[in-house]
Amino acid sequence: MSRQVDAEFLALPLDACADAALSRARELGAAHADVRVVSILTAYTRVRDARIEGSLLDDDRGLAVRVVVDGCWGFAASDRIDVDTARDLADRAVALARISAPLSSTRVELAPEPVHVGTWVSAYDVDPFEVHEAERLELLTRRSAALNAHAAVSHSTASLHAVKERVHYADLAGTRTTQQRVRVESDVTAIAVDPRTGSFETMGTTAPPAGRGWEYVTGAAATVGGARAWDWAEELAALPDHLHEKTLAPSVDPGRYDLVIHPTNLWLTIHESIGHATELDRALGYEANYAGTSFATPDRLGSLQYGSSVMNVTGDRLVEHGLSTVGWDDEGVGAQRWDIVTDGVLVGYQLDRSMAAEFGLPRSNGCAYADSAGHTAIQRMPNVSLQPSTDGPDLESLIGGVEDGIYIVGDKSWSIDMQRFNFQFTGQRFHRIRSGRLAGQLKDVAYQATTTDFWGSLRAVGGESTYLLGGAFNCGKGQPGQVAAVSHGAPAAVFESVNVLNSAREAGR
Amino acid sequence: MSTPQEFVERALSASSSRACVVLVRSQSLANVRWARNTLTTNGETLATAVSVVALVDVPGGVAAGSVTVNNPGLDGLADLVRRAERVAVEEGPADDAADLAADVAASPDWSQGPTIATSADLAVLAPQIGALFASGRADGIEHFGYAEQSVTTYYLGTSSGVRLRFADPEGRLEVTAKSHGRSRSTWAGRAARTLAGIDLEDVDREVRQGLGWQANRIDVAAGRHTAVLTPSAVADLMIDLYWNSVARDAADGQSVWSSPGGGTRRGATVADPRVHLYSDPAMTGLEAIPFVVATGSSGSSSVFDNGLPVAAVSWIRAGVLEDLITTRHTAAETGLPFRPGADNLRLDVEGGTGALEDVVARTQDGLLVTCLWYNRVVDPQTLLLTGLTRDGVYAVRGGEVVGAVTNFRFNDSPVSVLGRIEDAGAPAATLAREMGDYFNRAAMPPLVVREFNFSTVSQAS
Repeated sequence: MSRQVDAEFLALPLDACADAALSRARELGAAHADVRVVSILTAYTRVRDARIEGSLLDDDRGLAVRVVVDGCWGFAASDRIDVDTARDLADRAVALARISAPLSSTRVELAPEPVHVGTWVSAYDVDPFEVHEAERLELLTRRSAALNAHAAVSHSTASLHAVKERVHYADLAGTRTTQQRVRVESDVTAIAVDPRTGSFETMGTTAPPAGRGWEYVTGAAATVGGARAWDWAEELAALPDHLHEKTLAPSVDPGRYDLVIHPTNLWLTIHESIGHATELDRALGYEANYAGTSFATPDRLGSLQYGSSVMNVTGDRLVEHGLSTVGWDDEGVGAQRWDIVTDGVLVGYQLDRSMAAEFGLPRSNGCAYADSAGHTAIQRMPNVSLQPSTDGPDLESLIGGVEDGIYIVGDKSWSIDMQRFNFQFTGQRFHRIRSGRLAGQLKDVAYQATTTDFWGSLRAVGGESTYLLGGAFNCGKGQPGQVAAVSHGAPAAVFESVNVLNSAREAGR
Repeated sequence: MSTPQEFVERALSASSSRACVVLVRSQSLANVRWARNTLTTNGETLATAVSVVALVDVPGGVAAGSVTVNNPGLDGLADLVRRAERVAVEEGPADDAADLAADVAASPDWSQGPTIATSADLAVLAPQIGALFASGRADGIEHFGYAEQSVTTYYLGTSSGVRLRFADPEGRLEVTAKSHGRSRSTWAGRAARTLAGIDLEDVDREVRQGLGWQANRIDVAAGRHTAVLTPSAVADLMIDLYWNSVARDAADGQSVWSSPGGGTRRGATVADPRVHLYSDPAMTGLEAIPFVVATGSSGSSSVFDNGLPVAAVSWIRAGVLEDLITTRHTAAETGLPFRPGADNLRLDVEGGTGALEDVVARTQDGLLVTCLWYNRVVDPQTLLLTGLTRDGVYAVRGGEVVGAVTNFRFNDSPVSVLGRIEDAGAPAATLAREMGDYFNRAAMPPLVVREFNFSTVSQAS
């Protein structure tokens, strides 16, 4: 399907605003200036027990001007999109840069980038904003009602979050790009309550968010091979039984276990322990006050043994349906793919143009992003993915190779320290593995490890048949805080002797 | 340029449905960020978000449709109202439908324009930031930090006659200091209505004290230890507790406040009898918006409650769970009183006296925790949280800090913490390290908590 940027966005005075701001910034002596006109549509609908609980529809649009003057950044933004405002923002951004100069001891330099002119639209079939709210609501209500009809389910919720992001970018070098991206996320959760004891358990769907349209939410979307992108019917049908089994499951004995981790869980471990740890701005210290720094410091590039030899991780902004996939980033850098970990060794970072220049690299790999017109672009995460093994094993073979372990499916709670050493994750389902076979669910499982120990214990990665693109809408970073959507591909993988806690005992129960 | 009042009146006049709510939020923000003793980014932004909640008669009841657009212009308001009405019709009857607030006295300052934060509000800090960088370079200390001044001015108008205005300023300053090849790291933060009330030199003294304490390293194994929690660390725990105090979740059996056998634990003793946890929009220095604003409905808010007063509420008093967050709808569902959540929170521990240094001086053996980070719910039944200590954990022996220990991952519940209080200081305004982004108004005491679960060692420094 040929997709185009919405005419309504193109009707805004995109070029006129860009021309006005850029010419004013040039007059005022800016060495670099860029302009973004941004419109972000967000829709959120939530259903509880097959009744609508609430919904939001938001159109966040505005105009942003960023400059480098005398080696300092200046940034100003407004929700007014017109030529006068564009010139005014250029004035204010330049003034802020000049105010900053006495307190700035490091000059901002930007890695060069070829000039790009073009339009790019992400891969989707049906724009979720062209689907009536009634249709969206009917789908969620139907799914919630079906769960509530099951004896094991006390309550259920269903939600849909859809975003359409439209950005026009222009800079003094001559780059002018216009992009439109669509993404969707839907979650359905079943809850079982035992009123006698007051205990309760939940079981949520594990469908990842995707850079797709409404067709993904309905289950109609297909992969390149023709299979369903996500089989909602199958997952929803199984959810009550999974939940019921969990309520009856024994509490885990804490200790060390071999883990087989499904990509619906492993994506989040990749995100926290590899994705954030290999952001160069963090590694250099620029996020030290907020998100933190990284153990993967630049002096260890090329030598840090991040994990075992079967660990290969890439960064990209290219993969189809990826949440971080773009045509160009928010500094006008073309989308790329590169290596981050090769054969277990750290070989690359995520960069924006200033980080690339500071690190002496000839080009950024295109990781600048701002989550709205109101925020300046900073280095954000691309799609960071663990590569599957060529002709590698399927899931059954991976489980079959484990004598005594736990198979973990779906994400839930997550936490990691500010240098990305110590992490702890839970999940949706934990299946005991005995002699290579699944032997019923466990509950109260949390796995805890140090990043390099964990990835060093990676014994095997699955083949293409086990690979899935997971991800999240809500990755946070920066001050003022920004959110970004990002995907992480992963195969199922086997880790040896990982520390497993019993979360109930941790709480003193 | 159009005024917020014009947006309200024009949108209300365009409404053709049963009732209508218009919320205008004028949002301004000036910020500056630094790292390694040099400024990095800065910004000045201004936006006006206009939300229309259309309440429409539909078969079976009243429906609500909510749409928000940035600065739609006066000419765009009629379209915005129509979009909200369309959404309402498509969604069908709302369970939380109720009459809008009426007979609410208009704000005396209704006609005033929005209060705007600009980079001039940061100017007060510029000389102090410059001095911070200079002294840092001279003393081998790297400074990282962030300062922001924001103001959101709310204008709420309804077809039932509500006209309410509230200017909501927030100031925040944070400093992280690192030295000795970044092997030592400390943090201090401040929250206030304006940056003008914050003394950066005082913040610098605090972080330098921490760096000094870290000259001596002491080995302490993971396990349950007595913790001396700073007001910032207490704030992060209590905000998580507060946000998980929603009545409907409890009544549905899905919360730490659910009662075995059904219903909620309201009226049960859940904490040390000295504990008083409460909110009050009129709290001096922590003034918060005194009426309900809601652009969407959930278990803890209802668009139909817009404009109703937010009163002072004791959530836990004398150790007893006294109230949970309700809307009018969930109050009726659960049989509990209507208690909208306020945007501030204070913890008093009866008999608690002194500041952090006084509490440390009274502690014979414990671990002083500067702040907590990456806190997440692991088990909602107990509200078990996991997270990390950050930027300074210190051994306290005989009333003195004797050295620094490693960071730890903790696994503990704020509800359980309120039952294990050994000592407490007086509450003071503080900035929660993690939640401060979202919740800027907390007054917390330093707490001494026995058997805090420092689950494993974190190598992070």
